[in-house]
Formats: sequence, structure tokens, C-alpha cells
Amino acid sequence: MRFALSTEHKDFAASIGDFLSDVDTAAAARGWAAGEQGPGLRVWRGLAGIGVTGLLVPERFDGLGADAVGLVVAFERLGYHAVPGPWVDTAAVLPMLLEDELLAGVASGETIASIALPPHVPYALDADVAEARIAVAGTRLRAFTPGRPLTSVDPCRRLFEVREGEVLGTAVDPPLAFDTGVLATAAQLLGAGQWLLDAAVDYACRRRQYGREIGRYQAVKHLLADVVTRLELARPLLHAAAIAVRDGAPSRARDVSAAKVAAGEAAALAARTGLQVHGAIGYTAEHELGLRLTKVRALVAAWGTQGLHRRRVLDAVTGTAA
Amino acid sequence: MDLELDEQATRFREEVRSWLAENVPRTPLASFDTAEGFAQHRDWEARLAEARLSVVAWPREFGGRGASLLEWVLFEEEYYAAGAPGRVSQNGIFMLAPTLFSHGTEEQRLRILPPMARGEQVWAQAWSEPEAGSDIAALRSTATRTEGGWLLSGQKTWSSRATFADRAFGLFRSDPDSERHRGLTYLMFDLRAEGVRVRPIPQLDGEPGFAEIFLDEVFVPDEDVLGEPGEGWRVAMTTANNERGLSLRSPGRFLAAADRLTGLWREVGDPADTALASRVADAWIGARAYQLYTFGTVTRLREGGSLGPESSVNKLFWSRLDLELHETALDLLGPEGELRAERRWVDGWLFALAGPIYGGTDQIQRNTVAERLLGLPRGER
Ligand SMILES: Cc1cc2nc3c(=O)[nH]c(=O)nc-3n(C[C@H](O)[C@H](O)[C@H](O)COP(=O)(O)OP(=O)(O)OC[C@H]3O[C@@H](n4cnc5c(N)ncnc54)[C@H](O)[C@@H]3O)c2cc1C
Repeated sequence: MRFALSTEHKDFAASIGDFLSDVDTAAAARGWAAGEQGPGLRVWRGLAGIGVTGLLVPERFDGLGADAVGLVVAFERLGYHAVPGPWVDTAAVLPMLLEDELLAGVASGETIASIALPPHVPYALDADVAEARIAVAGTRLRAFTPGRPLTSVDPCRRLFEVREGEVLGTAVDPPLAFDTGVLATAAQLLGAGQWLLDAAVDYACRRRQYGREIGRYQAVKHLLADVVTRLELARPLLHAAAIAVRDGAPSRARDVSAAKVAAGEAAALAARTGLQVHGAIGYTAEHELGLRLTKVRALVAAWGTQGLHRRRVLDAVTGTAA
Repeated sequence: MDLELDEQATRFREEVRSWLAENVPRTPLASFDTAEGFAQHRDWEARLAEARLSVVAWPREFGGRGASLLEWVLFEEEYYAAGAPGRVSQNGIFMLAPTLFSHGTEEQRLRILPPMARGEQVWAQAWSEPEAGSDIAALRSTATRTEGGWLLSGQKTWSSRATFADRAFGLFRSDPDSERHRGLTYLMFDLRAEGVRVRPIPQLDGEPGFAEIFLDEVFVPDEDVLGEPGEGWRVAMTTANNERGLSLRSPGRFLAAADRLTGLWREVGDPADTALASRVADAWIGARAYQLYTFGTVTRLREGGSLGPESSVNKLFWSRLDLELHETALDLLGPEGELRAERRWVDGWLFALAGPIYGGTDQIQRNTVAERLLGLPRGER
């Protein structure tokens, strides 16, 4: 047993982090929300260049043929930097649904996908920028056209109703596709939560009230200590779930659901706490905090509610699962 | 990155599992906070020791079998899964022993560890004093130099199992002009020595789980000083990290409780009660998270890392998890949840209540995490 990320995975995370720190992801996210997707698409192509879009794409379609552990490493960084776009759909879910040339476009960063997987993923994310629009119904894949636009609590998530059209074919493995989407979402949540904690710690060390840094007050310290505890204990669940997906373990559904519940709860606590520590400045749209705050709320409900995932865990551990 | 056990670990686990299946007492032992239960527990520890299962991770010459840290974690999982009795020797094994391994002399180890491993000599921790709880550096009990040793005077309190234990370890002010962390000495003494008076204090369950220890010029020979005189604080910090960190609360305990909880849900749970269902799921997820987190810690330690302020993260997590597990079980039991007939859950709950207090309160752990892990500025103390 060696339950720690390998040097390669750490290096991969660092290279994604370096790239995203250099480009202005906050501006890209704000542009995305306003319908100016140019900067966001440039970030997308840059990440494709490092291999992020092609992680799960088999090598014969020019992908990296990597596994779910690499996926969570990358998605944690995407969440940390609040990168906009249908990343889960394209890089995590689509490669589990089909095996054809379309994946070559995914790997190169040219093809962007938007996927509906009702009932748990009823709306299509960023369908206006995606050219591969696919709805999964049972084992069948259908094309869809974006219907009425819907407004998400996270302005960077542009949602649309789904109008199903022609049948495209048969899905390779819809349950695996769903679980991989859940896993990638959990990783994004954990990353966003980590950013919220880091930002709050940094602010608490600088902001002064009553003549001293607010981080000197125990009331503030204790809030942040609870956040780091939650995040630190959610991460191993995420990594174990990635291993279960990679290895096709029988516990896969249980493990990804446990990861999503824990990452969601940890990120939500980080968001609430981050805002409280920042005070009113965190409540402004100008501050980057808001980008994560609303995204965390949206992601907690996306790819299966916490209720659904808790039920899946309970069914698995009490043996009541079908 | 993987979670697979190698052949050796798997074999070890199977050996432990089958030994426990044959040897764990069918009827639960009486509480070790009673004279009768204490004696039963000593016998049980002796049996464990005969099978070389009482301190698996220690070197052989002290009664262990040199098992790896991972194997120890697996042992603990099996131990609790089998419903084996709580360890009456735990303070010695999990706090004094690691301190002896880091700071003791070979003579001390050979003299003290083997009888500890066999349950012949049960140790109590004598740290807290009436005026020094969280703020241990405020302690007042003294050690005064005398011919060939020291004379201990003062008062210790909240000492678990000291009512029936044999010996105790604690910190004493050996330099009367010193303040706070300086001038302290780590000493071990006999609870039946002349000048020692032990007064039992009943805990919430009515049993004498605590004791107050009054010391009046109790002689301790030089050989029972642990580390250098005056260096007691540094020596004690080893003990404290072990208390909070991995060793005192391995995941096995919580995994076993989570398993019993999901079993209880299967038996009596009302699927329509989604709020309670969520709490059961969360409790299981928490226990699993702690298990995996521990596997990560084991990997880190094996690769040369050390246990630092992360042990406070451990403690904050398990203290809360333990309470949530037990409160959920009691809620699930409904009206039966208040009955002492449901001993395991009710007693477990009573004990879980203490988790946020002993081993350094959760407030103190939060301070440590915030300052030492997150780097927030130190506040006034
Ligand atoms: C079941 C149990 C077993 C125990 N076993 C032993 C044993 O075997 N040997 C032994 O020596 N001791 C033992 N203890 C004692 C334990 O170590 C102390 O209770 C603990 O250190 C807290 O000290 P206190 O009870 O004096 O509380 P206090 O230190 O008086 O604290 C009271 C409250 O104030 C808070 N507080 C204090 N200082 C601060 C601060 N700086 N910042 C924020 N909050 C603060 C605490 O968190 C707590 O909530 C045991 C306790 C229990 C409950």
C-alpha cells in the first residue's frame, strides 16, 4: 500500500497550477459569465496543451490514456482556480460514453462537449459553446439542441434546457460516465474549498481590527481550524474514489458518492467561513471570493445532490443496493 | 497510489483475525473502572501478550513482534471489529511507551516495557492538576532533590484508572525558581509508595474512572527520571503528540462503531426518516475518511515524514466523529436509546462526550492547527 500521490501526479498538478496562475482566470471567468468566452477558450486550449482535456482519452485518439487519479489531480486545480467551462462533461464524462474520433478533438482541445444525463444532470452546461451536445437516456445517446437558457446561482455556469433529437448510438458505460462526472465534480469542490481556505488564512494574517490582525483572535482561528480539518479528511476519500474508478472496484459507486458528500460539505463550510472571515469585502462581486462561493453552491447540487449520494452510500453499506 | 495490502500484511491480518475469533471473551468484561473489571482486563492483556498481540509494533525484546505501522493499524481494525475489550493498559502503551522509546534509557525500557506489555504493571497518566488543565505549564507539584533521587509533593487530578493502576508518570517542577515550561522534570512513581494517597472520583457513569493523587514527599529514585532533569517539557511533548495523533485513537474503533451503526440501521431504521438516514451515512463516511487519512499518514511516516500539528487535525476529527456516531445510534434506538440495557451505545456515548476534553481540549487543538498548520499569528495566552 502506498496511499499518497506520486511525484508525477504532484508535478502534473504543479504544472497546471503554474499555468493557471499565469493566466488571468478570474477575468476569464467573469468574461465567461458575461458571454465573452474568448479568454476562457484560450485558457481551455492552454490546458489542452498540458494534456488536461485528453487525460481519459485513449492514446489511439491522441489522448494521454491516463486514469482517474490523474483526473482528480487536474480537477482539483481547475476548481482551485475557478476555471470556467464544461470541463466535467468534456474531459471526464464524454470519454466514458463513446470511443470514436470525436475524442481526438477532445484531446486536442477543439471539441467541447455538453452532456445531459437526466434525472441527476437535467440541464446542459455551456451548451452554447459546445459542439458535441449529447443527452444520455438509458444506454442510448441522443443529440440535443439547447432550449431555454436558465440562470445558475453561479453566473459562470450557463445552463440550458435540453431538447432531445436524433439518436447517435449506444453509450459505452453510462454508470461509469456518471460516476466519473461525480468524481470530477468532487475534485473541483475540494479545490475550490482549498482556495477559499487559503484566501481566508491570507486575509486573516493581513486584515487588522482593534489594533491587531484578526487572525490573532481565537474566534477566527477556530473557524479556520474546522475548515482545514474537513478539507484534509475529504481529500483521502477523493483519492480512494479515484482508485476505485481506476480499478473498476465493486465499491465504486459508494466511494465516489462518499467523496462527493465529504468534498461538498467541506467546500460549503469553507465558503461560509471564507465569507465570514472576509466580512463585507467578500460579499462584493469584485472580490474573487464570490467566484468560488457561488460555484461551490452550484456544484454541491450538480451531478447528484448530497441526498442522492448519501443514499447511495447507505444502500451500499447496508447491503440494500440493487 | 494504491490501497492494496502486500502478502505479509494480509497474512498478518488473517492470523490476527482468526486468533481474535477464537479468543475474544464471549461475554463482555466488566468495566475496567471497577476492581472486578480491572482484574478481568489484566487477565485479558496477559492472554494477548502470550500470543504476542498486546503490543504488536514494539520490538521483540520488549514483548512485541516488530510489526510495521500499517500492520498495527490493521491489527487495531481487527481488534475492534472483533468486539475485543478496551485496553486497560492504554495510557502506558500509547503515551508512556513512545516517550520511553524516544527518551528513555535501555535499562528503563527493559525494566518497564515487558511488564507493561503483559498487563502486570498498569500505568496512569498524572499530568493534570487542579490549577493546571489546558495550561499544563502552570503546574505546581514539585520534585525536590534528595539523596539518590527526588521527593514529590503536590496534587494531581483527573487521572484515568489511577484508582486501580500500579504506577504513574507525570511532570513536576524541579527548579523552584523556574516558571512555565522551564525547570520541569518527567518522573515515574509508584501509586502505592509511601506518601501517596489516591482518592477515586466517580465519572458520569458512576464508576471511579478518575482519581485524585495526593503526594507528600514521595521518594523516587534517579532511575525513574525520564530524560534529563529540567527537560521534562520537551520529553512530555512526545507524549502529547502520541496522545492526540495516531496511536491513541486508531481508526479501527470508529470503523467498528460505524459498522454496528449501519447494522442497526438495517435492523430498525425507518427508510422514510431521511434526516436520520443522512446522519448514518455521514457517520460511515466519517469513519472511512479517518481510516483513509490514517493510511495517508502511515505512508508519509514510512517515507520519513513526522507527526506534527497534523495530530491535532486527527483529534479534532475523531472527537467529533465519535460523538456523532453515538448520538446517531441513540437517536436510532428511539425510546430504548436512554436505557442502560443498550450498554454499548449508552456507555460509548458517555465516553465520547469526553473526547473533546481529554488529550488537550478541542479549543486548544484548534489553536494549534490555526497557528502551527495554517500559520496564523499567535494570540495572547
Ligand atoms: C475522560 C477524561 C480522562 C482524562 N484522563 C486524564 C488522565 O489520565 N491524566 C491526566 O493527567 N488528565 C486526564 N484528563 C484531564 C484532561 O487532560 C483535562 O481535562 C484537559 O487537559 C482540560 O483541562 P481542564 O479540565 O482543567 O479544563 P480547563 O483547562 O479549565 O478548560 C476549561 C474550558 O476552557 C477552555 N480553554 C482553556 N484554555 C483555553 C485557551 N487558551 N483557549 C481557548 N479555550 C481554552 C477549554 O477548551 C475548556 O473548554 C482526563 C479528562 C477526561 C475528561
